[in-house]
Amino acid sequence: MSQQLTACERRPWIEAVETPFIRIKNITKSFGDFAAVDDVSLDIYKGELFCLLGGSGCGKSTLLRMLAGFETPTSGHIEIDGQDMAGVSANLRPTNMMFQSYALFPHMSVEHNIAYGLLREGISKPEAMARVGDMLALVKLGDFAARKPHQLSGGQQQRVALARSLVKRPKLLLLDEPLGALDKKLREETQFELIQIQESLGVTFIVVTHDQEEAMTLSTRIGVMDAGKIVQIGEPPQIYEAPDTKFVADFIGSVNMFEGKVDVAVADTLRIKTSDAGVDLVVDTHQNVDAHQKVWIAVRPERIVISRDKPKADNVVKGMVEEVAYLGNLSIYRVRLGTGKVLKVTKSNRLHDGAAIKWDEDVYLSWSAAAGVVLTK
Amino acid sequence: MRALLARLGLNGRTLVIAVPMVWLLVFFLIPFLVVLKISVAEPLIARPPYSPLFVDGAIKATFSNYAYLWQDALYINAYLSSIKIAFFATVLALLIGYPMAYYIARSAEPKRSLLLLLIVLPFWTSFLLRVYAWIGILKTKGILNLILMKIGVISEPLIIMQTDIAVYIGIVYTYLPFMILPLYANLVKLDDSLLEASTDLGARPVTTFIKITLPLSLPGIIAGSMLVFIPAIGEFVIPALLGGPDTLMIGKILWSEFFSNRDWPVASAVAIAMLVLLVIPIMLLRMAEGKQGAAT
Repeated sequence: MSQQLTACERRPWIEAVETPFIRIKNITKSFGDFAAVDDVSLDIYKGELFCLLGGSGCGKSTLLRMLAGFETPTSGHIEIDGQDMAGVSANLRPTNMMFQSYALFPHMSVEHNIAYGLLREGISKPEAMARVGDMLALVKLGDFAARKPHQLSGGQQQRVALARSLVKRPKLLLLDEPLGALDKKLREETQFELIQIQESLGVTFIVVTHDQEEAMTLSTRIGVMDAGKIVQIGEPPQIYEAPDTKFVADFIGSVNMFEGKVDVAVADTLRIKTSDAGVDLVVDTHQNVDAHQKVWIAVRPERIVISRDKPKADNVVKGMVEEVAYLGNLSIYRVRLGTGKVLKVTKSNRLHDGAAIKWDEDVYLSWSAAAGVVLTK
Repeated sequence: MRALLARLGLNGRTLVIAVPMVWLLVFFLIPFLVVLKISVAEPLIARPPYSPLFVDGAIKATFSNYAYLWQDALYINAYLSSIKIAFFATVLALLIGYPMAYYIARSAEPKRSLLLLLIVLPFWTSFLLRVYAWIGILKTKGILNLILMKIGVISEPLIIMQTDIAVYIGIVYTYLPFMILPLYANLVKLDDSLLEASTDLGARPVTTFIKITLPLSLPGIIAGSMLVFIPAIGEFVIPALLGGPDTLMIGKILWSEFFSNRDWPVASAVAIAMLVLLVIPIMLLRMAEGKQGAAT
C-alpha cells in the first residue's frame, strides 16, 4: 500500500489489508421506543469520502451526530483512529462538522469564524491568522476575509463553513447535506471542488445526503440507509448496477421492476414467469435461487432499447408510447405494455437518428439477459 | 365617505396612523406643554399657584426654577441617587433575569409556556398590593425575619424595611418580568446549531456562552435593561412605601414639591429635567436597535 494513492485508488475495502480508520460497532440510538439508528456496524478507511445516503428520517443524520458527539449512542461503540469515543465530549473529539445550515457565527467576520476553532486550541493569534489565510486561499475567498456572513452569497457561505471545519485539520470531517442549499449549477461545480479539496488534504470525509446523484459523484463508497439500518454498502457502480434489494434499486436512479417466479435455470441464466411483461423473461444471475421462488427483475431505463421494428434480443415486449419527455441530450418514453404495465425507457438523442418516435406509436422494447438484475428481497 | 376622506387628503393608511397620533397629541404632548409652561412660571399664592405665561400680550417666562435645581444640592443628589439605584437595580435584574430567560428559552414546549405564564402571573394583581405585600415580608416582625430566626440563621431580626435594600428588592422584583421577556424573546431565537458549531470547534461550554450566546443576545440585554432602568429612575411608589427617609429618589422629591411645598413651577422643572434625563437612554436604545436592524 502506498501513501501516494488516494483511498479511491487503493480500495482498501476490497481486501482487508488496512486497519479501518473509523469503526462503528453495533451502534443503536433509541428515542423512546423508536430506534433512529438500529444496530449499525460500519468500517471506514483513511482518506475515504463515504456517503450515507437515505431519505429523511432514515437515521443518517443521527449517525453523523453520534460521530460528532452531539448524541450519545444507546448502545454500541465508535472508534476513531484506534481511540474509543465513548465519554469523549464533542469539543474534544478529533472530528469537525460542516452543518447543513452552515451555522456561521453571524457576529463574526469570515476570518474570525475560521480562526475560532484554532484560537480555542490555544494556537497563537499570528499563527492562527496565517492558517486562516491559507484556508481562505484554498476555498478562493481571500478577498472576503473581513466580510460578515450575511454579506456573502449562499455559495460563499458554504465555502466559509467548509474552511472553518477544515482549518483544524480534523482526522474526520462530517458533512451534513453540504450542498443541499445550493442551486443545481453551483452544486455540480462545488461537488468537484469538494473532491479536489478532500484529495489534496487527505482528510476522511463522511457525507450525509438524500441526493443520490450527489452521492454517486462524490463518494468512494456509499452506505444506503433505510429505517435506521444500512441496507447496502458499496462503490457507486456496484450500488447502481448490482443493488441487493428492491429498496436500493428503486432509491438509486429509476428502475423498471417485474415480479415473477423462477421457471427454469440453465447454467447462470434464468427464465422467469411473470404476468407483468406478458412473456417469460430471461435474465443472467450468479445468485442461487430455487425453482418457483418469487423474485423481482430490475431493469434500468437506459438498458432498454426502443424500436419500431421487431429486433432480435433475449427479451422483447410490445407496447404503445404513452408519453415522451424531450430533455435535449436524451428522451424519456413511457410505454404501456399489453398487460397494462408501464415501462420507462431512456434513449440518448444522436445526430443521425431518423424520425423520432412519437406519442401513440406501437413500439418494441428489448433488452439482453445481462441487463436485468434478479432481486430476492 | 371615501370621497370626503380623499378631499381631506386622508386615505386608509394615514387614518390608521392618525388615531395613535391624536392620542399621543392629546394625552402626551399637550400635558407635556402644560408642564413645560408651568416650569417657566413663578410660584404664587393663588389658584392656580403659578403666574400666567401671557401677560398683556407678552410672554413672561423665567428659568429661575431650573437654576434653582442646579443651586440646591438636594435635587442633583436626588438625580444622582436615582440613577445609582436604577443602575444597580438594573444590573441585579439582569443577573437574576438572564439565567431565568435562558432556562425558559431552552425548555421544551409545554414547560416553556407554563414558565412564561408564571413570569407574567404577578401582573394579574395590583402593583400597589404587591408592594404592600413586601412590607409584610420584610418588616422587623415580618415573614422573612420569622423564618430566618426560626431556622436559626439569625438571632436578631434584620432591619430591611425603610432602607435602600428594601428599595432594591422592590424595584428588582417589580421590573424583573420586563427584563426577562425581551431576553427570552431574543434567546429563544438563538440557533442551536451555532452552539453546536462552537462546541464542535473545541469550545468549552463557558467559552461558547461568552463568545457566542452573550454577544448574540446583546440586543435583548439592552432592551431589557432599558425597560428596567427607565421606569426605575422615576419610581415613586416603591421608595415611598419600602424606602426610609434617607432614600433619595427624584420621584419622591417631585411628589413633595407638588403636594407638600405646593411649589408647582419647581416641581414642573424637576419633572422636565427628569424627562430630559430619561430621553438620553431611550435614544441610546433606539440607536442600538437601529444598528441591529441595519445589520440583519
